[in-house]
Amino acid sequence: MTTGPEPTDNLAALLRAGTGALTRRWIELAAAPLRGRLTVAELERELTELFRALVAAVESGSRDLQSEPYAEVRALLSDMSRHRARSGFTPTETAVGVFTLKQALFELVDRAEIEGDLREVLAFSLLLDALGLLTFETYAKAREEVIDEQAEQLLELTTPVVKVWEGVLAVPLVGTLDSARTQVVMEKLLESLVGSGAEHAIIDITGVLAVDTQVAQHLLKTVMAARLMGAECTISGIRPHIAQTIVGLGIEFGDITTKATLADALRHALTRSGVTISSGRG
Amino acid sequence: MTPPAAREEIPITADEDVVRVRQAVRSYAQKAKLSLVDQTKLVTATSELARNTLTYGGGGTAVVEFLTEGRRSGVRASFQDDGPGIPDVDLALTDGWTSGRGMGLGLSGARRLVDEFTLDTGAGQGTTVTVVKWSR
Ligand SMILES: Nc1ncnc2c1ncn2[C@@H]1O[C@H](COP(=O)(O)OP(=O)(O)O)[C@@H](O)[C@H]1O
Ligand SMILES: [Mg+2]
Repeated sequence: MTTGPEPTDNLAALLRAGTGALTRRWIELAAAPLRGRLTVAELERELTELFRALVAAVESGSRDLQSEPYAEVRALLSDMSRHRARSGFTPTETAVGVFTLKQALFELVDRAEIEGDLREVLAFSLLLDALGLLTFETYAKAREEVIDEQAEQLLELTTPVVKVWEGVLAVPLVGTLDSARTQVVMEKLLESLVGSGAEHAIIDITGVLAVDTQVAQHLLKTVMAARLMGAECTISGIRPHIAQTIVGLGIEFGDITTKATLADALRHALTRSGVTISSGRG
Repeated sequence: MTPPAAREEIPITADEDVVRVRQAVRSYAQKAKLSLVDQTKLVTATSELARNTLTYGGGGTAVVEFLTEGRRSGVRASFQDDGPGIPDVDLALTDGWTSGRGMGLGLSGARRLVDEFTLDTGAGQGTTVTVVKWSR
Protein backbone atom coordinates (compact mmCIF):
# COMPACT_ATOMS: atom_id res chain seq x y z
CA MET A 1 0.00 0.00 0.00
CA THR A 2 2.97 2.31 0.48
CA THR A 3 4.04 3.82 -2.79
CA GLY A 4 7.36 5.36 -1.94
CA PRO A 5 9.49 6.21 1.02
CA GLU A 6 9.93 9.94 0.34
CA PRO A 7 7.05 12.02 1.60
CA THR A 8 5.44 14.16 -1.05
CA ASP A 9 3.00 16.87 -0.31
CA ASN A 10 2.22 17.41 -3.97
CA LEU A 11 -0.78 15.14 -3.81
CA ALA A 12 -2.13 16.94 -0.77
CA ALA A 13 -1.66 20.27 -2.53
CA LEU A 14 -3.43 18.95 -5.58
CA LEU A 15 -6.35 17.65 -3.55
CA ARG A 16 -6.59 20.81 -1.55
CA ALA A 17 -6.61 22.99 -4.66
CA GLY A 18 -9.26 20.82 -6.25
CA THR A 19 -11.41 20.41 -3.13
CA GLY A 20 -14.45 22.27 -4.44
CA ALA A 21 -14.62 20.72 -7.89
CA LEU A 22 -13.64 17.27 -6.64
CA THR A 23 -16.14 16.92 -3.83
CA ARG A 24 -18.92 18.35 -5.97
CA ARG A 25 -18.33 15.82 -8.73
CA TRP A 26 -17.70 13.03 -6.22
CA ILE A 27 -21.03 13.59 -4.46
CA GLU A 28 -22.78 13.72 -7.84
CA LEU A 29 -21.28 10.41 -8.96
CA ALA A 30 -21.79 8.69 -5.61
CA ALA A 31 -25.39 9.82 -5.35
CA ALA A 32 -26.48 8.33 -8.66
CA PRO A 33 -26.48 4.61 -7.75
CA LEU A 34 -28.08 5.27 -4.37
CA ARG A 35 -31.20 6.57 -6.09
CA GLY A 36 -32.43 8.69 -3.27
CA ARG A 37 -32.21 6.05 -0.56
CA LEU A 38 -29.82 8.38 1.16
CA THR A 39 -30.51 12.10 1.05
CA VAL A 40 -28.01 14.20 -0.86
CA ALA A 41 -27.51 16.31 2.23
CA GLU A 42 -26.53 13.21 4.20
CA LEU A 43 -24.20 12.02 1.49
CA GLU A 44 -22.70 15.46 1.20
CA ARG A 45 -21.99 15.60 4.91
CA GLU A 46 -20.42 12.13 4.88
CA LEU A 47 -18.24 12.63 1.85
CA THR A 48 -17.15 16.15 2.73
CA GLU A 49 -16.00 14.92 6.11
CA LEU A 50 -14.26 11.92 4.60
CA PHE A 51 -12.52 14.12 2.04
CA ARG A 52 -11.31 16.50 4.72
CA ALA A 53 -9.91 13.63 6.78
CA LEU A 54 -8.34 12.11 3.70
CA VAL A 55 -6.55 15.30 2.69
CA ALA A 56 -5.29 15.75 6.25
CA ALA A 57 -3.93 12.19 6.20
CA VAL A 58 -2.32 12.55 2.79
CA GLU A 59 -0.66 15.73 4.04
CA SER A 60 1.27 13.68 6.59
CA GLY A 61 3.22 12.24 3.69
CA SER A 62 2.10 8.68 4.41
CA ARG A 63 0.26 6.67 1.79
CA ASP A 64 -0.27 3.69 4.05
CA LEU A 65 -3.89 3.31 5.06
CA GLN A 66 -2.85 1.29 8.12
CA SER A 67 -0.63 4.07 9.45
CA GLU A 68 -1.52 6.38 12.31
CA PRO A 69 -2.38 9.51 10.23
CA TYR A 70 -5.18 7.52 8.59
CA ALA A 71 -6.92 6.56 11.81
CA GLU A 72 -9.74 9.05 11.28
CA VAL A 73 -10.20 8.05 7.65
CA ARG A 74 -10.48 4.40 8.69
CA ALA A 75 -12.96 5.24 11.41
CA LEU A 76 -15.15 7.38 9.15
CA LEU A 77 -15.10 4.80 6.42
CA SER A 78 -15.93 1.98 8.80
CA ASP A 79 -18.87 3.91 10.17
CA MET A 80 -20.07 4.64 6.68
CA SER A 81 -19.83 1.02 5.55
CA ARG A 82 -21.44 -0.31 8.69
CA HIS A 83 -24.28 2.12 8.30
CA ARG A 84 -24.75 1.11 4.65
CA ALA A 85 -24.69 -2.58 5.51
CA ARG A 86 -27.29 -2.10 8.20
CA SER A 87 -29.50 -0.07 5.90
CA GLY A 88 -29.55 -2.85 3.34
CA PHE A 89 -27.26 -1.41 0.66
CA THR A 90 -25.33 -3.90 -1.46
CA PRO A 91 -21.54 -4.16 -1.19
CA THR A 92 -21.18 -2.53 -4.61
CA GLU A 93 -23.41 0.35 -3.68
CA THR A 94 -21.28 0.78 -0.60
CA ALA A 95 -17.88 0.64 -2.29
CA VAL A 96 -19.04 2.97 -5.01
CA GLY A 97 -18.83 5.73 -2.44
CA VAL A 98 -15.05 5.36 -2.49
CA PHE A 99 -14.37 4.47 -6.07
CA THR A 100 -16.31 7.40 -7.45
CA LEU A 101 -13.73 9.72 -5.93
CA LYS A 102 -11.19 8.10 -8.19
CA GLN A 103 -13.42 8.68 -11.16
CA ALA A 104 -13.97 12.30 -10.17
CA LEU A 105 -10.23 12.89 -9.91
CA PHE A 106 -9.48 11.21 -13.25
CA GLU A 107 -12.16 13.23 -14.98
CA LEU A 108 -10.93 16.52 -13.64
CA VAL A 109 -7.29 15.76 -14.40
CA ASP A 110 -8.29 14.61 -17.84
CA ARG A 111 -10.10 17.84 -18.53
CA ALA A 112 -7.12 19.66 -17.09
CA GLU A 113 -9.37 21.37 -14.57
CA ILE A 114 -6.83 20.50 -11.97
CA GLU A 115 -3.13 19.94 -12.41
CA GLY A 116 -1.76 16.60 -11.39
CA ASP A 117 1.18 14.60 -12.55
CA LEU A 118 0.73 10.93 -13.26
CA ARG A 119 2.70 9.76 -10.26
CA GLU A 120 0.50 11.60 -7.81
CA VAL A 121 -2.66 10.41 -9.44
CA LEU A 122 -1.44 6.81 -9.42
CA ALA A 123 -0.43 7.00 -5.78
CA PHE A 124 -3.84 8.32 -4.91
CA SER A 125 -5.50 5.67 -6.99
CA LEU A 126 -3.69 2.93 -5.07
CA LEU A 127 -4.70 4.50 -1.81
CA LEU A 128 -8.34 4.58 -2.88
CA ASP A 129 -8.14 0.90 -3.81
CA ALA A 130 -7.05 0.19 -0.26
CA LEU A 131 -9.91 2.30 1.02
CA GLY A 132 -12.30 0.35 -1.18
CA LEU A 133 -11.08 -2.93 0.26
CA LEU A 134 -11.52 -1.66 3.78
CA THR A 135 -15.08 -0.73 2.87
CA PHE A 136 -15.75 -4.27 1.72
CA GLU A 137 -14.26 -5.77 4.86
CA THR A 138 -16.25 -3.61 7.20
CA TYR A 139 -19.35 -4.15 5.16
CA ALA A 140 -18.97 -7.93 5.33
CA LYS A 141 -18.42 -7.82 9.09
CA ALA A 142 -21.45 -5.65 9.63
CA ARG A 143 -23.62 -7.95 7.51
CA GLU A 144 -22.47 -10.90 9.58
CA GLU A 145 -23.49 -9.06 12.70
CA VAL A 146 -26.91 -8.36 11.26
CA ILE A 147 -27.33 -12.02 10.37
CA ASP A 148 -26.25 -13.15 13.85
CA GLU A 149 -28.72 -10.81 15.43
CA GLN A 150 -31.52 -11.98 13.21
CA ALA A 151 -30.69 -15.60 13.97
CA GLU A 152 -30.85 -14.86 17.64
CA GLN A 153 -34.11 -13.01 17.39
CA LEU A 154 -35.53 -15.90 15.44
CA LEU A 155 -34.45 -18.33 18.11
CA GLU A 156 -36.07 -16.23 20.72
CA LEU A 157 -39.33 -16.26 18.85
CA THR A 158 -39.22 -19.95 18.15
CA THR A 159 -38.18 -21.31 21.52
CA PRO A 160 -41.11 -23.57 22.17
CA VAL A 161 -42.56 -24.65 25.45
CA VAL A 162 -44.21 -27.92 24.59
CA LYS A 163 -46.56 -30.14 26.50
CA VAL A 164 -44.90 -33.54 26.24
CA TRP A 165 -47.42 -35.32 28.41
CA GLU A 166 -50.45 -34.51 30.47
CA GLY A 167 -49.08 -32.29 33.22
CA VAL A 168 -45.52 -32.22 31.86
CA LEU A 169 -44.01 -29.28 29.98
CA ALA A 170 -40.63 -29.28 28.29
CA VAL A 171 -38.49 -26.51 26.94
CA PRO A 172 -35.39 -27.20 24.90
CA LEU A 173 -32.69 -24.57 25.13
CA VAL A 174 -30.52 -24.21 22.04
CA GLY A 175 -27.36 -22.44 21.00
CA THR A 176 -25.53 -19.67 22.75
CA LEU A 177 -27.46 -18.59 25.75
CA ASP A 178 -27.01 -14.97 26.51
CA SER A 179 -28.77 -13.56 29.51
CA ALA A 180 -31.54 -11.83 27.60
CA ARG A 181 -32.63 -14.95 25.82
CA THR A 182 -32.37 -17.27 28.78
CA GLN A 183 -34.53 -14.85 30.68
CA VAL A 184 -37.15 -14.78 27.93
CA VAL A 185 -37.29 -18.56 27.77
CA MET A 186 -37.50 -18.95 31.50
CA GLU A 187 -40.28 -16.41 31.78
CA LYS A 188 -42.16 -18.16 29.04
CA LEU A 189 -41.83 -21.46 30.87
CA LEU A 190 -43.15 -20.02 34.11
CA GLU A 191 -46.09 -18.44 32.28
CA SER A 192 -46.87 -21.73 30.60
CA LEU A 193 -46.80 -23.49 33.96
CA VAL A 194 -49.46 -21.11 35.22
CA GLY A 195 -51.49 -21.42 32.04
CA SER A 196 -51.46 -25.19 31.88
CA GLY A 197 -51.42 -26.10 35.54
CA ALA A 198 -48.66 -28.60 34.76
CA GLU A 199 -46.78 -29.94 37.76
CA HIS A 200 -43.61 -30.92 35.99
CA ALA A 201 -41.28 -29.01 33.76
CA ILE A 202 -38.24 -30.32 31.95
CA ILE A 203 -35.54 -27.90 30.85
CA ASP A 204 -33.46 -29.67 28.26
CA ILE A 205 -30.03 -28.19 27.61
CA THR A 206 -28.73 -30.75 25.10
CA GLY A 207 -28.42 -28.02 22.47
CA VAL A 208 -26.60 -25.54 24.68
CA LEU A 209 -22.99 -24.78 23.81
CA ALA A 210 -21.86 -23.54 27.20
CA VAL A 211 -23.33 -22.93 30.63
CA ASP A 212 -21.72 -20.03 32.43
CA THR A 213 -22.65 -18.69 35.86
CA GLN A 214 -25.21 -16.35 34.41
CA VAL A 215 -27.07 -19.07 32.56
CA ALA A 216 -26.81 -21.31 35.62
CA GLN A 217 -28.23 -18.55 37.76
CA HIS A 218 -31.20 -18.18 35.43
CA LEU A 219 -31.75 -21.93 35.51
CA LEU A 220 -31.58 -22.06 39.30
CA LYS A 221 -33.92 -19.10 39.72
CA THR A 222 -36.42 -20.64 37.34
CA VAL A 223 -36.40 -23.93 39.20
CA MET A 224 -36.95 -22.08 42.49
CA ALA A 225 -39.76 -19.99 41.04
CA ALA A 226 -41.39 -23.10 39.58
CA ARG A 227 -41.24 -24.75 43.00
CA LEU A 228 -42.98 -21.82 44.56
CA MET A 229 -45.70 -22.36 42.00
CA GLY A 230 -45.96 -25.99 43.01
CA ALA A 231 -44.16 -27.44 40.00
CA GLU A 232 -41.07 -29.60 39.95
CA CYS A 233 -38.31 -28.95 37.39
CA THR A 234 -35.84 -31.39 35.97
CA ILE A 235 -32.80 -30.33 33.99
CA SER A 236 -31.87 -32.78 31.27
CA GLY A 237 -29.26 -33.11 28.59
CA ILE A 238 -26.21 -31.99 30.54
CA ARG A 239 -23.52 -33.45 28.31
CA PRO A 240 -20.18 -34.60 29.79
CA HIS A 241 -18.11 -31.59 28.71
CA ILE A 242 -20.74 -29.20 30.02
CA ALA A 243 -20.96 -31.13 33.29
CA GLN A 244 -17.19 -30.95 33.78
CA THR A 245 -17.21 -27.23 33.10
CA ILE A 246 -20.05 -26.61 35.53
CA VAL A 247 -18.12 -28.50 38.20
CA GLY A 248 -14.97 -26.54 37.34
CA LEU A 249 -16.78 -23.26 37.80
CA GLY A 250 -17.95 -24.45 41.20
CA ILE A 251 -21.66 -24.30 40.50
CA GLU A 252 -23.82 -26.57 42.62
CA PHE A 253 -27.26 -27.57 41.48
CA GLY A 254 -28.14 -28.67 45.02
CA ASP A 255 -31.20 -30.87 45.20
CA ILE A 256 -32.33 -30.14 41.67
CA THR A 257 -32.98 -33.30 39.72
CA THR A 258 -30.81 -33.68 36.65
CA LYS A 259 -31.13 -36.40 34.04
CA ALA A 260 -28.90 -37.41 31.17
CA THR A 261 -31.57 -37.26 28.49
CA LEU A 262 -34.97 -35.76 27.87
CA ALA A 263 -36.42 -39.27 27.80
CA ASP A 264 -34.98 -40.04 31.24
CA ALA A 265 -36.41 -36.79 32.54
CA LEU A 266 -39.82 -37.58 31.13
CA ARG A 267 -39.75 -41.06 32.65
CA HIS A 268 -38.85 -39.49 35.98
CA ALA A 269 -41.67 -36.96 35.76
CA LEU A 270 -44.21 -39.60 34.85
CA THR A 271 -43.12 -41.94 37.62
CA ARG A 272 -43.51 -39.10 40.06
CA SER A 273 -47.03 -38.47 38.82
CA GLY A 274 -47.85 -42.14 39.32
CA VAL A 275 -47.86 -43.23 35.71
CA THR A 276 -46.40 -46.68 35.23
CA ILE A 277 -44.13 -47.08 32.26
CA SER A 278 -43.18 -50.42 30.84
CA SER A 279 -39.60 -50.51 29.66
CA GLY A 280 -39.11 -50.56 25.91
CA ARG A 281 -36.25 -52.98 26.36
CA GLY A 282 -38.47 -55.71 27.80
CA MET B 1 4.55 -25.34 8.74
CA THR B 2 3.97 -22.64 11.34
CA PRO B 3 0.38 -21.47 11.26
CA PRO B 4 -0.11 -17.77 10.61
CA ALA B 5 -0.06 -15.53 13.64
CA ALA B 6 -3.66 -14.76 14.39
CA ARG B 7 -5.14 -12.22 16.69
CA GLU B 8 -8.53 -10.64 17.02
CA GLU B 9 -9.66 -7.64 18.95
CA ILE B 10 -13.27 -7.40 20.07
CA PRO B 11 -14.68 -4.34 21.78
CA ILE B 12 -17.00 -5.18 24.67
CA THR B 13 -19.71 -2.61 25.07
CA ALA B 14 -22.94 -4.58 25.01
CA ASP B 15 -24.46 -7.97 25.76
CA GLU B 16 -24.08 -9.26 22.24
CA ASP B 17 -20.34 -8.58 22.38
CA VAL B 18 -20.06 -11.27 25.05
CA VAL B 19 -21.64 -13.68 22.56
CA ARG B 20 -19.17 -12.47 19.94
CA VAL B 21 -16.24 -13.12 22.28
CA ARG B 22 -17.49 -16.63 22.96
CA GLN B 23 -17.81 -17.36 19.26
CA ALA B 24 -14.32 -16.05 18.50
CA VAL B 25 -12.76 -17.97 21.37
CA ARG B 26 -14.48 -21.14 20.27
CA SER B 27 -13.17 -20.89 16.73
CA TYR B 28 -9.63 -20.18 17.99
CA ALA B 29 -9.90 -23.11 20.38
CA GLN B 30 -10.91 -25.38 17.53
CA LYS B 31 -8.03 -24.11 15.46
CA ALA B 32 -5.70 -24.83 18.37
CA LYS B 33 -7.12 -28.36 18.44
CA LEU B 34 -8.34 -28.19 22.00
CA SER B 35 -10.51 -31.11 23.06
CA LEU B 36 -14.24 -30.49 23.34
CA VAL B 37 -13.99 -30.33 27.13
CA ASP B 38 -11.14 -27.84 26.97
CA GLN B 39 -12.92 -25.76 24.34
CA THR B 40 -15.98 -25.59 26.55
CA LYS B 41 -13.91 -24.74 29.62
CA LEU B 42 -12.12 -21.93 27.82
CA VAL B 43 -15.27 -20.57 26.19
CA THR B 44 -17.04 -20.59 29.53
CA ALA B 45 -14.13 -18.92 31.35
CA THR B 46 -13.93 -16.16 28.74
CA SER B 47 -17.69 -15.73 28.87
CA GLU B 48 -17.31 -14.98 32.59
CA LEU B 49 -14.45 -12.56 32.05
CA ALA B 50 -16.12 -10.75 29.17
CA ARG B 51 -19.23 -10.33 31.25
CA ASN B 52 -17.21 -8.93 34.15
CA THR B 53 -15.55 -6.49 31.76
CA LEU B 54 -18.99 -5.32 30.72
CA THR B 55 -20.71 -5.36 34.10
CA TYR B 56 -17.99 -4.18 36.46
CA GLY B 57 -15.42 -2.64 34.13
CA GLY B 58 -17.99 -0.57 32.28
CA GLY B 59 -16.91 -2.11 28.98
CA GLY B 60 -13.48 -2.70 27.47
CA THR B 61 -11.66 -4.81 24.96
CA ALA B 62 -11.03 -8.51 24.46
CA VAL B 63 -8.01 -9.75 22.56
CA VAL B 64 -8.00 -13.35 21.41
CA GLU B 65 -4.77 -14.87 20.13
CA PHE B 66 -3.61 -18.12 18.67
CA LEU B 67 -0.40 -19.44 20.26
CA THR B 68 2.16 -22.05 19.35
CA GLU B 69 5.00 -23.28 21.48
CA GLY B 70 6.96 -26.21 20.21
CA ARG B 71 4.42 -28.84 19.26
CA ARG B 72 1.56 -27.58 21.30
CA SER B 73 -0.85 -24.85 20.39
CA GLY B 74 -3.12 -22.78 22.51
CA VAL B 75 -5.31 -19.76 22.87
CA ARG B 76 -4.73 -16.64 24.90
CA ALA B 77 -7.60 -14.32 25.69
CA SER B 78 -7.21 -11.08 27.57
CA PHE B 79 -9.81 -8.68 28.85
CA GLN B 80 -8.94 -5.11 29.54
CA ASP B 81 -11.02 -2.31 30.96
CA ASP B 82 -10.47 1.12 32.47
CA GLY B 83 -13.12 0.64 35.11
CA PRO B 84 -12.78 1.01 38.89
CA GLY B 85 -10.41 -1.96 39.26
CA ILE B 86 -10.57 -4.55 42.02
CA PRO B 87 -9.39 -3.24 45.41
CA ASP B 88 -9.21 -6.62 47.14
CA VAL B 89 -8.13 -9.36 44.76
CA ASP B 90 -8.25 -12.19 47.31
CA LEU B 91 -11.80 -11.31 48.16
CA ALA B 92 -12.83 -11.09 44.51
CA LEU B 93 -11.30 -14.52 43.94
CA THR B 94 -13.22 -16.04 46.81
CA ASP B 95 -15.84 -18.54 45.67
CA GLY B 96 -19.27 -17.09 46.09
CA TRP B 97 -18.23 -13.51 46.74
CA THR B 98 -19.91 -10.89 44.60
CA SER B 99 -20.20 -7.14 44.91
CA GLY B 100 -23.19 -7.30 42.61
CA ARG B 101 -25.91 -9.86 42.19
CA GLY B 102 -23.98 -12.66 40.50
CA MET B 103 -23.01 -16.08 41.81
CA GLY B 104 -19.52 -14.87 42.65
CA LEU B 105 -17.98 -17.78 40.76
CA GLY B 106 -16.87 -16.04 37.58
CA LEU B 107 -13.32 -15.03 38.47
CA SER B 108 -12.49 -17.95 40.73
CA GLY B 109 -14.21 -20.41 38.40
CA ALA B 110 -12.48 -19.03 35.31
CA ARG B 111 -9.14 -19.47 37.06
CA ARG B 112 -9.89 -23.15 37.66
CA LEU B 113 -10.95 -23.72 34.07
CA VAL B 114 -7.74 -22.52 32.38
CA ASP B 115 -4.02 -23.36 32.38
CA GLU B 116 -2.70 -19.86 33.02
CA PHE B 117 -4.44 -16.99 34.74
CA THR B 118 -3.12 -13.52 35.42
CA LEU B 119 -5.01 -10.70 37.02
CA ASP B 120 -3.63 -7.20 36.88
CA THR B 121 -5.76 -4.73 38.77
CA GLY B 122 -6.00 -2.37 41.68
CA ALA B 123 -8.35 0.31 42.95
CA GLY B 124 -8.59 3.01 40.30
CA GLN B 125 -6.34 1.18 37.84
CA GLY B 126 -8.73 -0.66 35.62
CA THR B 127 -8.53 -4.41 35.23
CA THR B 128 -6.76 -6.77 32.86
CA VAL B 129 -7.33 -10.50 33.08
CA THR B 130 -5.42 -12.85 30.82
CA VAL B 131 -6.05 -16.55 30.44
CA VAL B 132 -4.34 -19.24 28.38
CA LYS B 133 -5.38 -22.76 27.55
CA TRP B 134 -3.10 -25.23 25.78
CA SER B 135 -3.81 -28.27 23.70
CA ARG B 136 -2.56 -31.45 25.30
N1 LIG C 1 -13.40 -6.15 35.45
C1 LIG C 1 -13.73 -5.93 36.72
N2 LIG C 1 -13.69 -4.66 37.21
C2 LIG C 1 -14.03 -4.41 38.51
N3 LIG C 1 -14.41 -5.36 39.37
C3 LIG C 1 -14.47 -6.63 38.95
C4 LIG C 1 -14.13 -6.98 37.61
N4 LIG C 1 -14.28 -8.31 37.48
C5 LIG C 1 -14.69 -8.76 38.68
N5 LIG C 1 -14.80 -7.77 39.58
C6 LIG C 1 -15.20 -7.88 40.99
O1 LIG C 1 -15.00 -9.22 41.39
C7 LIG C 1 -16.21 -9.74 41.92
C8 LIG C 1 -16.29 -11.22 41.65
O2 LIG C 1 -16.45 -11.47 40.24
P1 LIG C 1 -17.09 -12.82 39.78
O3 LIG C 1 -16.35 -13.93 40.44
O4 LIG C 1 -17.14 -12.84 38.30
O5 LIG C 1 -18.53 -12.79 40.38
P2 LIG C 1 -19.86 -12.01 39.93
O6 LIG C 1 -19.70 -11.61 38.51
O7 LIG C 1 -20.92 -13.02 40.11
O8 LIG C 1 -20.01 -10.86 40.84
C9 LIG C 1 -17.30 -8.94 41.28
O9 LIG C 1 -18.49 -8.96 42.03
C10 LIG C 1 -16.67 -7.56 41.20
O10 LIG C 1 -16.77 -6.90 42.42
MG1 LIG D 1 -18.78 -12.47 36.97
